[in-house]
Amino acid sequence: MSSKEQQDESIRQILAEHGRLAAPASSIARDAELSAHGLTSHATVNVMLALEEHFGIEFPDQMLTRGVFTSIATIQAAVEKLVDAG
Amino acid sequence: MPNRHPMIDRMKQIAADVASKHAPDVDRHARFPVETLAALRAEKALSAAVPEEFGGAGMGLRDLAAMCAALGQGCGASSMVLAMHHIQVGCIARHGAHSAYFQDYMRGLVEHQWLLASMTSEVGTYGDTRSSICAVDIAGDRFTLNKDATTGSYCGHADGILVTCRRTAESPASDQVLVLVKKDDYTLTQTSTWDPLGMRGTVSPGFKLESSGHVDQIIPGSYADSSAVTMVPYSHVLWAGLWSGIAADAVSRASAVVRAEARKRIGETPPSAILLARVSQDLQSMRHNWQQVAAEFDEISADAGRREELTTMNWALRFNQLKCACSEAGPRIVHQALQIAGLMGYKNDSPFSVGRHYRDLLSASLMVSNERIAAKSASLLLVVKDD
Repeated sequence: MSSKEQQDESIRQILAEHGRLAAPASSIARDAELSAHGLTSHATVNVMLALEEHFGIEFPDQMLTRGVFTSIATIQAAVEKLVDAG
Repeated sequence: MPNRHPMIDRMKQIAADVASKHAPDVDRHARFPVETLAALRAEKALSAAVPEEFGGAGMGLRDLAAMCAALGQGCGASSMVLAMHHIQVGCIARHGAHSAYFQDYMRGLVEHQWLLASMTSEVGTYGDTRSSICAVDIAGDRFTLNKDATTGSYCGHADGILVTCRRTAESPASDQVLVLVKKDDYTLTQTSTWDPLGMRGTVSPGFKLESSGHVDQIIPGSYADSSAVTMVPYSHVLWAGLWSGIAADAVSRASAVVRAEARKRIGETPPSAILLARVSQDLQSMRHNWQQVAAEFDEISADAGRREELTTMNWALRFNQLKCACSEAGPRIVHQALQIAGLMGYKNDSPFSVGRHYRDLLSASLMVSNERIAAKSASLLLVVKDD
């Protein structure tokens, strides 16, 4: 499994555990809007905390936007950027 | 400070000549402030938030809040109606400006001075405006939308209502859209009485709404976005503005009592003047809080490239903190004003009475409960770093 695939899987696991989604996180398309699957701003905070813990990163304030948490793809792009910077 | 919009001075005039004269009766009978609304329509104040390109005054958030503060000095309930109307118009102007339907609607609003109300509460969502049970039901190019709202501020007196609902019958509770329904296309059945402590002129009982319309009346995009970028910022800033107006009128009544005392003993500063100095300081902090947030909001809004900033958690936190701080400052300031005015402020039939002000401002921490907001802020602070 490539590191990209691992990241994708970890993000899905975190979403399944903390995102309180209406559908199983494993079945959601990478570009699908997470809000349409029931991701609330409150759940987003928990997802973010879990991502920070899991990847050993910290989201700077300017990245704490809904845009970053739109889809699995946008989350992964942000995580990658922060992992690379760290 | 930039030049004040002339509309703000006209609000001062309406507050003094119309709103304050009818406020005691509006309050006593918990009736809608029809006289003030007529005056606002005559000044075309209801289209203050409509962009100039569609014929409105195109006022920014700071000026709109100053309007509410000015009117709030005359009648808190009237100003709450104006603020809530501006919030709805703001949502249409900022999220519907690319839709031909809403462009036409805004032109119509300028001409006819339609009053817009909102229905965001619902039986069963327990005050969480970011979730809905009802859904918009689309068939072809028409929709039907029915909602059982716990609170429908001045819905019985409006020309249109913006209603939150789920995007489809299959959507999760948080996947919401904002739908404009028009007076000719809805029926309202009142489901509860209206006899509250304050803000009585907003006439906000529960209603069952049954409506239909054209799909073009659904505001483009999601309510998650219009809520974060417009509904919440407008609500919290405009409310803070009008609360500061109510508080300012209470302080001005207290200071009239102090001045009368000072004139009787010239050369001595009355002891109550010290209390006035204290309360005046609190009022200034309250005003500067919303003025600063609104000025920054206007600056960001003017720059299309920066709009995304408003969706950061940092800004969500600032709007939350503004709302909680100002809603708590309001009643505290009136309480201080009451200590200064003494019995003259306590008597309902005295010109220095601050009873209505106090009762009106007690609603501030309850409308969108401060406890709920504080819980959200607490959660945001787990990830916001203020760096």
